[in-house]
Amino acid sequence: MQLDETDRRVLRHYLADPDLPRADLADRAGVTAATLSRRLGRLREGGVIRSEGARIDWRRLGYEVEVSLRFTLDKTFPRAFDDFIAAAREVPEVVAIETFLGRVDVRLNVIARDMAHYQEVYRRRILTLPHIAELEALMLISTIKDAEALPL
Amino acid sequence: MIDLDDTDRALLRALALDADVSAGELGRRFGLSQPAAWRRVRRLEEAGILAGRRVEVDRTALGFGVTVFLGVKLATRGRVSLEDFERAVQAIPEVQVVQHVLGLFDYRLRVVARDIADFERVLRRRIMTLPGVGNVEANVLLTEERRPGPLG
Repeated sequence: MQLDETDRRVLRHYLADPDLPRADLADRAGVTAATLSRRLGRLREGGVIRSEGARIDWRRLGYEVEVSLRFTLDKTFPRAFDDFIAAAREVPEVVAIETFLGRVDVRLNVIARDMAHYQEVYRRRILTLPHIAELEALMLISTIKDAEALPL
Repeated sequence: MIDLDDTDRALLRALALDADVSAGELGRRFGLSQPAAWRRVRRLEEAGILAGRRVEVDRTALGFGVTVFLGVKLATRGRVSLEDFERAVQAIPEVQVVQHVLGLFDYRLRVVARDIADFERVLRRRIMTLPGVGNVEANVLLTEERRPGPLG
């Protein structure tokens, strides 16, 4: 899909503040409400905007603990990635799965109600995942910035 | 913290996929009247559980072919250097996410770049020059998948 300057401007402002009311977003991007809605529609149809879902605040739902678990897999098993990811999808406390090129193969974002719950999830559901060679944990203290903004 | 029933959880699952589903549509899907669905959504918003929208874009289509996660260890400790680091790192446009973590690293950063050469520029000119930055580990993101989490 070919993007022009207006598409980029609309996207830049939308990504910088996705919760802005549409009229204000149109103002910031310097387009009319009709143009804004047409451009956003085209960006969705063209697959540039993939999804616009609600953000869920897990802490507000009582999940106080968030841990980033970084795995190195035993790649002597040809299906190590597929098996591991399929099993990780079955764990309800896993909220994100990412694969990497680097020292880390896979990262799981795991949430838990408290440390006791985390301990239980970790022992019963995480350590039992297939083909783990190495595993290390980063416990989230605070999120300082979390934006989808791109320097367009 | 508010109590959720199965209908609330179903609403959260639906809204996490598409923040623009109308109350009428949610009502039809989950056997509620339009006003009842609207009231439930409103309650979830007021409790802060629905915390705005998350827009996902095809970064490659927008010219950002590379996403890298950096683990950053600070070289010097202390309150002042943490604040200086956080202030400076948030201002870098290519840095989308900054998390303070406990473990092997002090911070996790998500960095977008046009290509590997552009990433090297960001790393050398912007990241390595941050106040207090010490050891840095980079892993290039290959795939990412958001999971519904414990809403089932």
